[in-house]
Amino acid sequence: MSSDNKLLHALYRDMRRIRSLEERVSELFVRSESAGSMLHLSIGEEAVAGVCRAMDAKDSFTTHHRGHGIFVARGAEPARMLAEIAGKADGYCRGKGGSMHIADMGLGHLGANAIVGGGISHAVGAALAYKRKKQPHVSVAFFGDGAMQQGILYESMNLAALWSLPVVFVCINNQYGMGTRVDRATANLAFDERARAFGLDGMIVDATDVELVHETAERMIANARQGKPGFMCLTCYRFYGHARMDKSPYRDSEEEAAGRARDPLGKARQRLSERGTKAAELDALDAEIATEMDAALESAIKATMPPVETMFEDVFAPDQPKPTPLRTRLNAMLSEASR
Amino acid sequence: MTAIDTTYREALRQALIDAMNEDPDIVVMGEEVGLYGGAYGVTKGMIEQFGPERILDTPISEAGIVGAAVGAAMSGLRPVAELMYVDFIGLVMDQLANQAAKIRYMFGGQIGVPMVLRSQGGTGRSAAAQHSQSLEAWMAHIPGLRVAMPATVNDAYHLLRHALTLPDPVVFLEHKGLYVQKGVMDTAKPDAPWGKAVVRRTGADITIVTYSKMVLESLAAAELLAAQGVSAEVLDLRTLNPLDDETISASVRRTHRAMVVTEAHLTGGFSAELSARIHESCFDHLEEPVTRVAGEDIPIPVSPPLERNAVPNAQLIAETGLWLVQRKAPAWAS
Repeated sequence: MSSDNKLLHALYRDMRRIRSLEERVSELFVRSESAGSMLHLSIGEEAVAGVCRAMDAKDSFTTHHRGHGIFVARGAEPARMLAEIAGKADGYCRGKGGSMHIADMGLGHLGANAIVGGGISHAVGAALAYKRKKQPHVSVAFFGDGAMQQGILYESMNLAALWSLPVVFVCINNQYGMGTRVDRATANLAFDERARAFGLDGMIVDATDVELVHETAERMIANARQGKPGFMCLTCYRFYGHARMDKSPYRDSEEEAAGRARDPLGKARQRLSERGTKAAELDALDAEIATEMDAALESAIKATMPPVETMFEDVFAPDQPKPTPLRTRLNAMLSEASR
Repeated sequence: MTAIDTTYREALRQALIDAMNEDPDIVVMGEEVGLYGGAYGVTKGMIEQFGPERILDTPISEAGIVGAAVGAAMSGLRPVAELMYVDFIGLVMDQLANQAAKIRYMFGGQIGVPMVLRSQGGTGRSAAAQHSQSLEAWMAHIPGLRVAMPATVNDAYHLLRHALTLPDPVVFLEHKGLYVQKGVMDTAKPDAPWGKAVVRRTGADITIVTYSKMVLESLAAAELLAAQGVSAEVLDLRTLNPLDDETISASVRRTHRAMVVTEAHLTGGFSAELSARIHESCFDHLEEPVTRVAGEDIPIPVSPPLERNAVPNAQLIAETGLWLVQRKAPAWAS
């Protein structure tokens, strides 16, 4: 296999794992095993794998509410992810965070965020720490097109450029902020111009082409490591609704059909075939991934819920004063009163 | 000899300098903290001492500053983010309340956010409605934040030093009317451990529970009350989180009367929290209902006589105390 093909093969595998995981997230909900319905699938956005594979092992990142795919592409264990999404004790955050607040410091995941734009500045702060401590890491802030209209993004871009920080801003433009199509949210869709206005490198990339995403990300991340922060906008299409309960009444089926035809996974598969990979080989890979994800799903479903008393843990560090449980307070007050 | 006469402002600066000398991961970031020396002069000269890498002048981007401090705190630094006026907290609240306060919890205890948000509030400089507020209740309401409000020179030093050792985010609220306050700073001797209230004056007839600059007004009121034969105990809470319920309740159970004094507006204020807690813990021991003397429910006006009357002062505290203890109605009573 040529090195080009090896890379595309790896990216295809990453993307298939994202889609396969997201299908299990959906199944978790259908089987009433998820913690709630605030589950945001990243199907159609799999080319984020191109950015994830361009990062070094110790680079960090923040994500948004639609960040499952990024995390699994950065090495998350699907079983622990699904356990977290189900609110289980074995989840990445011991069942405290769930889909929208999943994080793992070991993998450099500084956290998914349920406030649109909420995690962007944390990547800037991480980059500030790397610069100050002379560490060679880059931090990548992933967010959606919705965050392009949030003020903190521009405060963050300005700080990154002003202080020459090792940070890359990655907008995943899936065309929708919940039910509002991006052209109903902003008059100027040339998001790269916004970044350049702050002195950042800025690129818009067709995110049906994972190789192009990877190549662009490699360049951006290498520049960021030298203190030249950048912004890239991945143009894609959100195949399904905003969250699991959304039936997309704000868009029609023709648009969806055209959008779903812009499939980064399908395109990568086609390219691999053109370059000589046999369909049977890819089918076997798909099946292997499906088996892995099925096992992860069953493991998450079987996992145990956290003991109720753990809800008082982690508000502060373990050796610090803790919040007083309501029953403890009522006990102190009423046991004396009733004497 | 470690005790010296100094000011609240100098004590704060000394705390930052001593902490930064001990911990190379501490950085100060905020508007005008460097070349300007801080809007109230707390960080004066520090950029010369520590350099622009550790004393970071920032653009006017409060949310971005605090948000970057959160990320930096998660990545090995211990940032002191300065918010020039607590009134600007509205610009910061997402990063503070949704991010800094909740990261340890949401992430299942994997990581904390060891940062200090220094800010200042309060009246006294005709700074008007957007530069004079006391908004501690907003922060004290959020689980995951510690809130410190020093009233004395020694506490300015020690509470800030301690805040800069804690593993969790601390909101450190100074009072603009205290920066020139003189007092003794003993760098070797804190008034009490972090989280413990201090009895600033002992008394037998009534407990005044307060914090920040109202400690001074309450102590002055206690003098006025003493002249009338009323012995008032003054408790300085020092931190609102952790809150020292034990010291409050022990004092009130002894004096049987309690007054809560805050500069912050009455409605929904931290005074309500304190009053409720005293009622719950001391109901059978109270001679009178817990009485709140708090800021009026109005925006802070600019005109000096209006501003002065918008918040409690020693006279009002003393009059209320006299009414409670001796049933002597003040002149304004109808």
